[in-house]
Amino acid sequence: MSKITANALIKRGISKKVAEKVAEYYTLSELSKIGYKKLEKKVGTKSAEEIFKKLGRKIPVKKKSKKITRKIPKAKESGNKTKDEIIKIINEKKEYLPETIINEIAESIEKNGAKDKIKKVVEKAIKDYNAHLMEPLEACGIVAAQSIGEPGTQMTMRTFHYAGVAEINVTLGLPRLIEIVDARKEPSTPMMTVYLEGAYRINRDLAKKMANQIEITKMINIADVTVDIGNMKIIVTPNKKAMKRKDIEMNDVMNSLKKVSKAEINEAGEKIEVIPKDKRYTELRRLNDEIKNIKIKGIDEIKRAIIRKEEDEYVIYTEGSNFEKVLQIEGVDKTRTTTNDIHAIYTVLGIEAARNAIIKEAHDTLQEQGLNVDIRHIMLVADIMTADGTVRPVGRQGVTGEKTSVIARAAFEITVDHLLKASRRGEIDGLEGVAENVIVGQPIRLGTGSVELAVDIKKLKSLKVGK
Amino acid sequence: MKFDILKHTLVPHHEILSGEDVEKLLKTYKIKKEDLPQMLVTDPVAKAIGAKDGDIVKIVRKSPTAGTSISYRLVVKKEII
Repeated sequence: MSKITANALIKRGISKKVAEKVAEYYTLSELSKIGYKKLEKKVGTKSAEEIFKKLGRKIPVKKKSKKITRKIPKAKESGNKTKDEIIKIINEKKEYLPETIINEIAESIEKNGAKDKIKKVVEKAIKDYNAHLMEPLEACGIVAAQSIGEPGTQMTMRTFHYAGVAEINVTLGLPRLIEIVDARKEPSTPMMTVYLEGAYRINRDLAKKMANQIEITKMINIADVTVDIGNMKIIVTPNKKAMKRKDIEMNDVMNSLKKVSKAEINEAGEKIEVIPKDKRYTELRRLNDEIKNIKIKGIDEIKRAIIRKEEDEYVIYTEGSNFEKVLQIEGVDKTRTTTNDIHAIYTVLGIEAARNAIIKEAHDTLQEQGLNVDIRHIMLVADIMTADGTVRPVGRQGVTGEKTSVIARAAFEITVDHLLKASRRGEIDGLEGVAENVIVGQPIRLGTGSVELAVDIKKLKSLKVGK
Repeated sequence: MKFDILKHTLVPHHEILSGEDVEKLLKTYKIKKEDLPQMLVTDPVAKAIGAKDGDIVKIVRKSPTAGTSISYRLVVKKEII
């Protein structure tokens, strides 16, 4: 029997040695069906490969066992030696450490001159780092909520002065934090920090000029506007000093006055007369108000601009904000200038910038109150707020209101309404979240509740239990 | 006057992933494209780097805790209400 098989195999171009060996175990028809692994086990890899090839069967490609590997930073040649050495040790161990930790270790080793202990230090760091990593399925959201919420109770309800720039009022403390988390379209006290570039940065006069260009200047700021009822006209008397301070010339004043509707303008020496076409008292009063509030220079939203010297440069702080327009002024540093209006940042610089702005604003607000909240909690909140590409508030209209689970939404607010609407639409609750499972009375699917135990009955039966 | 928004300190480095890298990414994390966080096609940065609907953008963020951290966003078309 085996000889027939062997001969048949030799005919197909398989070497005699292999053919005889294989024929001992299998017949030809068996060989055309047999799995590669089984054959390999019996006759060895080389013979199995040969048979499969000659019989025209496909050798299954070995699947490499894939592990999720974290990206390991590669040592840069130009980097410093200690750092490279640390990275080498980490790479050898196939472990991971974030950049900041590597830098920190390198710095402290160089400082203390403990080069011989480098391996020990890195090993310890890896161990500690791994011990501090968050477990999969840990309830990070709740931890973040608690971590931000608890210090929130210690915040002042209202504070109105910005640390550093006493002249500018800025909402701080709890109201500001609520504003950020609610993703309000406009902050209650918008403000900007305008950095300058080139000569504007170091020259006070130029910086002042820039501030004048940003700050809105109305007619009332640089001129006396009086109403002459007897002659039915308005007299504008420009204040030369104020004009010089604000960097405004007579031409600018005239140009802006020309925009006034339904009136005639006469220049009379140092004064300007404005005569309404419609000679009525009410019209005169309306015109008076219009002229007083006419814009001569600056950007509409920016009510005040203050220059401050910070270290080696002049920085302009503004009350009011118009991010887009300010960024278009020449001389403004387009890389550092910011605003506290998160929505403005979102529309001008995009979602990632908005995420950074949320983190920065929330962290600064907490820090200013002397509360140290780990920035990772705030980063998580910012991640969730910006997850769908827009800045969503946390709360009814935003993250919570869009939960997929009916029961979770019902547990949050207006219970009956949510349940009623859900029943009308025929919604299905997968019971995947925390609130749903608590209500239903099941263990939640987080932490230890996230794993299930499955028993293979067949294997259980085959187990031999000792006495 | 136009300015380069990509140079602003608030904007991290963005780049569009090539088809190969997309597959690799989805395989390593065992996810679908839709599982990633999203960014709109109308986003200023998406426009600046020329990302289209369905692209995956790699973002290299500067992180105060980890030095640099890498994140991904799926570019989607969405109407803003």
